Amino acid sequence: MTMSHYLSLLLFLPLAGALLVLCVPARNVNAVKWLANGVSLAGFLLATPLWFWYNPKSPDFQFIERARWIPSIGAEYFLGVDGISTLLVLLTTLMGFIAILSSWSAITERVKEYYFTLLVLQTGMLGAFMSLDFLLFFLFWEVMLVPMYFLIGIWGSSNRLYSAIKFFLYTLAGSVVMLLGILALYFHNHSVTGIYTFDIVQLQRLSIPFDLQWWIFLAFFFGFAIKVPMFPFHTWLPDAHTDAPTAGSVILAAVLLKMGTYGFLRFSLPILPEATRHFVPFIAALCIVGIIYGALVALAQRDWKRLVAYSSVSHMAMVMLGMFALNPVGIAGSVIQQINHGISTGALFLLVGVVYERRHTREIAEYGGLSRVMPGFAAVFLVMTMSSIGLPTLNGFIGEFLILQGVFTQSWVWAGVAASGIVLGAAYMLSLYQRTMFGAVANEKNQSLPDLSVREWATFVPLIGLAVWIGLYPAPFLERINLSVLKVAARVNPAYAADFAAACDTTVTPELRAASAGNQFLAAAPCGPDGQPLTTGSPVISTTAGAPR
Amino acid sequence: MPPGLPASDLAHLLPEIVLTIGALAMLVTDVLAPARRALLTGVALAVLMATLGAVVRDLHAEASIAGGLLAVDGFATFFKVIFLVVALLTVLMSHRYLAVERVSAGEYHFLILCATLGMMVMAAATDLISAFIGLETMAVSFYILTGYIKPNPRSNEAAVKYFLLGAFSLAIMLYGMSLLYGVSGTTHLLAMAPVFAGQAHDPRLLLAVVLIVAGLGFKIAAAPFHMWAPDVYEGAPTPITAFLSVGSKAASFAMLLRIFGQGLPALVTDWALLFEVLAIVTMTVGNVAAMTQSNIKRMLAYSSIAHAGYVLIGVVAGTTRGVSAALFYLAAYALMQLGAFAVVILLRRADAIGDELKDLSGLSGRQPLAAFAMLLFLLSLGGTPPTAGFMGKFRLFAAAIDSGHVALAVIGVLNSVLSLYYYLRIVMFMYQRGEVVGAEPRFTPLLASVVAVAAVGTLVLGVYPTVLIDAADASARALGAGATVAGPR
Repeated sequence: MTMSHYLSLLLFLPLAGALLVLCVPARNVNAVKWLANGVSLAGFLLATPLWFWYNPKSPDFQFIERARWIPSIGAEYFLGVDGISTLLVLLTTLMGFIAILSSWSAITERVKEYYFTLLVLQTGMLGAFMSLDFLLFFLFWEVMLVPMYFLIGIWGSSNRLYSAIKFFLYTLAGSVVMLLGILALYFHNHSVTGIYTFDIVQLQRLSIPFDLQWWIFLAFFFGFAIKVPMFPFHTWLPDAHTDAPTAGSVILAAVLLKMGTYGFLRFSLPILPEATRHFVPFIAALCIVGIIYGALVALAQRDWKRLVAYSSVSHMAMVMLGMFALNPVGIAGSVIQQINHGISTGALFLLVGVVYERRHTREIAEYGGLSRVMPGFAAVFLVMTMSSIGLPTLNGFIGEFLILQGVFTQSWVWAGVAASGIVLGAAYMLSLYQRTMFGAVANEKNQSLPDLSVREWATFVPLIGLAVWIGLYPAPFLERINLSVLKVAARVNPAYAADFAAACDTTVTPELRAASAGNQFLAAAPCGPDGQPLTTGSPVISTTAGAPR
Repeated sequence: MPPGLPASDLAHLLPEIVLTIGALAMLVTDVLAPARRALLTGVALAVLMATLGAVVRDLHAEASIAGGLLAVDGFATFFKVIFLVVALLTVLMSHRYLAVERVSAGEYHFLILCATLGMMVMAAATDLISAFIGLETMAVSFYILTGYIKPNPRSNEAAVKYFLLGAFSLAIMLYGMSLLYGVSGTTHLLAMAPVFAGQAHDPRLLLAVVLIVAGLGFKIAAAPFHMWAPDVYEGAPTPITAFLSVGSKAASFAMLLRIFGQGLPALVTDWALLFEVLAIVTMTVGNVAAMTQSNIKRMLAYSSIAHAGYVLIGVVAGTTRGVSAALFYLAAYALMQLGAFAVVILLRRADAIGDELKDLSGLSGRQPLAAFAMLLFLLSLGGTPPTAGFMGKFRLFAAAIDSGHVALAVIGVLNSVLSLYYYLRIVMFMYQRGEVVGAEPRFTPLLASVVAVAAVGTLVLGVYPTVLIDAADASARALGAGATVAGPR
């Protein structure tokens, strides 16, 4: 293994595993399961060095890989990660493994196809986060749809056919409109530079006329907002979540929704800064409606899974609001909250999966008093409920705090409404907890439910660990995204350009940079706007939560 | 016109000569050994391979031959390769089908070879006369092939419909051609182009354009000239449906691009507008009608109407990029459409017609590979990555945006979303329904090879399309160069 193909290895390992799974005879169910679990665990282990090797002192894309793909239209096989995508890649590999591990006894039909689908999906997700070529990104973005369609449509519950096709067509409609935006950008770049390319680094350098930005932003908006999903494009989500198998819901909530927010962060903000600023009131309004509406609808749910699904609508609106504060604190909070949402909502869907596997119902009214029969389950559920609510010492608090801080500097009204969304969030989550966990065991069928098995514990322990880690000591996470976030903020709001320049580290001299470029570890783009290595400065987002700026 | 053909022209005509002799040999073989189905299939394959070899031998030739009737250029060659590959795959997928239907194989293959010859002439024709002869050769072969299963009333009905409407549309087109001749005094496309310069909006020419568009619109099954397609596609023997929906369409597009690109570039503002309306109507009508079908052949017929609409986007763009995108799409479409029909043929057993949606129920359990290949073809037809169909649509929409037809691109992408609704319905039957209808479908090696070639091609063109893009670019440029540089001898 040469280091210069690290990302490719990471990207195609699940696909290779999927093809291996195909080679195992279908009747040998255990071999299929072991293989799939092994591959996804290997994927996660292989990704962990990314955490250590990623250089947070450089604002550039790292682990660059570049090769010709379709020269005649200028498309390249171009991979690389910055701080934001590093965290999302790590989240994807972890959640991919957990999703596969959680399926061990839940999936009994077409086992081989199931794991094949999950592993292919994994490659699609990783590719979308790693691609620095817009066409390549779109390819992976669309590739994800088909496995997810099958996950819902084949292994889902009662209304799966409807939900699967709704998911597919809804998302597809958004992304094809986005494709037209990509093409408009592509041709504009050619008319300015004379080069046909989908290189995202290059496209982020363009200054595009406002009218064109406006249209492209709108095209991207449809693609990304449907994926997030933002109110009023969220209607596919409750159906998809409710009917998906547990692992499908976990992946959907933890990773797929992040594609939308990641898209805004990677493309809309840095490529279309003026249009982004122009659309802030519009997006903020949708977010605020989304936060309140999602929470209120969640309050009214009788279906456990649907409740968690609507809570996602509310939480993701919060993530978007933080991002569109367009300042470093808000964006950093938005990124951290994406990770947090992946952890807590992923875990909440796992928890629903646990009881669903035992009782085959998601009706909240069917449960009650579970803490007596399943104390371990109740404990995990408590931690994740608190994480979702944003209780201090757990991860949710950090993300929401940063978001609110960032939003507050923009508008105290938005911050006020968003904060009330958190209160509503506490209301529906605590009420869910109360209705399912406390009281007497009213339902006979719940009397003898077994508590979490070792395998189920294994799916929750890493998530609890991460929730506590981010809650108590988020510094390593913030450190990794600091420069990438500042770069986006500086691009979308020139007021932060000086901060970004100041934050660029002086230890990366041009010589070192050149040497590193030879190793293809650091993209050889200059740090400051004028190409100078810049003077000292502490990171703008301090490593403790909420340094005022 | 010169009295004879120079020897160099004969060398360039080698593919057509080989194919003609091969077709006649086919007839002789049929007389000598009418029951030897394998032999007849073998002869057909050998003839097509030899013709393909002759085309490849002359791959980079640039010439105007037979007194300007035909051109040997990158454009013609690109299409000839498509036609021959399509014909090869058609013959391969016909072998067992003919046995199941209990019809004779000799004339059938003879007609396929004749139709292929007609298509090759259409793609190479730079003169209205030769284009029309090619078209007639192809059309007459298809009229007979459509009704080839004599005991089947659906097949007969399809043939009669196709013949009557086809003859009518050809007559209309011929009238349009005669107007062009009347105004310009020549039937040669490159010679009439300069005559029309500056004559945009001339009512005689407008009438000619409308008539020719109507005639060719019938051949490519563009709405509103598409009414015949569903009935003919459903009634014709399935391999012929595949051949018709791919080969005939591609050949008609080749002729369309020659006539409008090389002969009538001066009227581009007129015909581009006409095609734009046609593209929008065709895509939408095809997709909306396909959504309600329960017969796969009918569904694929309507979807092939929609695909003609997509290809028209490239024609409307009118640029080299647009033509190249159209060519790429036709090639990609050939693979995925043939592949889908091959899977439908797989379902045709002695005890089951196999062309209803429910016949696909549970295919993923019975024939996982066939189901997976069909999934690939359907996703490709719907235009999702990583398939050839995506790359094709991507290039078409790129051409549309590049040439300023943003509205057309928007309607195009929305249509592709619409189309996935009914493609996914087929997927749903294959993967999400359990009930099994009829006997176990079994692959023969020949049929399996067709599905494999189409599936691998669909995937490879979706992931690494460079080679085909370059070829399509080159042949699009050849068409453009022919229009501006070359002239009749």
